[in-house]
Amino acid sequence: MWTIIHKMGSPPWFFRFSGALVRWLLPLTICLLLAGAFWGLLVAPPDFRQGNSYRIIYIHVPAAVVALAGYYVMALAGAVSLIWRIKMADITMRAVAPVGAVLTAIALLTGAIWGKPTWGAWWVWDARITSMLILLFLYLGVVALFEAYENKTAAARACAVLTLVGTVNIPIIYKSVDWWYSLHQPASIKFTGESAIDSSMLYPLLVMILAFYCVFAVTVLLNMRAELVWTHRESGWLKQWVGGA
Amino acid sequence: MHPVRKQRLILVSLLVVLSSAAIGLVTFALRDNINLFYPPADVVAGKAPTDRSIRLGGMVVEGSIERSETDLDTTFWVTDYEASVAVRYSGILPDLFAEGEGVVAEGMLNESGMLVASQVLAKHDENYMPPEVAAALEGKSAPAQKPVLP
Repeated sequence: MWTIIHKMGSPPWFFRFSGALVRWLLPLTICLLLAGAFWGLLVAPPDFRQGNSYRIIYIHVPAAVVALAGYYVMALAGAVSLIWRIKMADITMRAVAPVGAVLTAIALLTGAIWGKPTWGAWWVWDARITSMLILLFLYLGVVALFEAYENKTAAARACAVLTLVGTVNIPIIYKSVDWWYSLHQPASIKFTGESAIDSSMLYPLLVMILAFYCVFAVTVLLNMRAELVWTHRESGWLKQWVGGA
Repeated sequence: MHPVRKQRLILVSLLVVLSSAAIGLVTFALRDNINLFYPPADVVAGKAPTDRSIRLGGMVVEGSIERSETDLDTTFWVTDYEASVAVRYSGILPDLFAEGEGVVAEGMLNESGMLVASQVLAKHDENYMPPEVAAALEGKSAPAQKPVLP
């Protein structure tokens, strides 16, 4: 266990490991995305009230779920960066932020497109939607803060503090529909008990959520590899890899 | 664990806990402002302001929708099963607006306690199912299908 964690902190080892991981994770991701999209958009039945317009759920919910989960990855990397001062943790934090921002933006955008035909409005200052907008600003804030510093160690420390302070937003987003009166519906997928969404619609949704997790993993790993190539461009191990590849 | 790292771990934990507590207290203090709408019971009890625009949320009372013959005026009652408030709206209603379904109406309360709405939004719940399953739950044959785009 500890040896793996120690190895994770070593750039040459991580570079080789992530390369091997992406090589099979990428095709799996594409397969899952195609299968989930086909199942959700063409096979799953229409909804009894919303007809076909509910199908945007197959983009909206996975993007939102992974945007929230990705924040915890970033926060964990931030904590590791502050406590153990591991360079790889800084790189992870920087790699997650833009991916999380894009996923949050997708969730907000598809939510607006979905809101117009169902609620009758593109945007409402609802607790769920507003807290999701704050999440977008947190992600963008980490990207901006990281770029604002010349010294990347100081940048990582500032970003870690911002990220950790922002973690409180995640349970707020998750519980906003239960704590306050909102226009956004409560959760359809329940961890305990029966979900409020019919299983013929739920299974493709779960496939799409898994697919989005894979998209997140692949893009974050590729971001980290790009960063490693840049910071280690003078290192022997990288030149060796380029020569060997 | 190394004592320096242990100290940093405690500091990081304190950072998360204290900032969460601070933000938690702020949102708790502002909870009335975070709520998107007032339930009819609060409006009837006079807890909602009458001098500015408010949002009212609840279920449309079955059989309460009255549409004008000549224009787009619609009146209906909104309930939270404790109290009900009448709403008047002139405009195009969202597709999901129906009796027995959730709704959020924004507007001013007039002297007689009726909400003169400038916007009506449909609030749908978390239930998703195929039309056949819904029909089976209703205990009747498949309903007249709503027009579904090809």
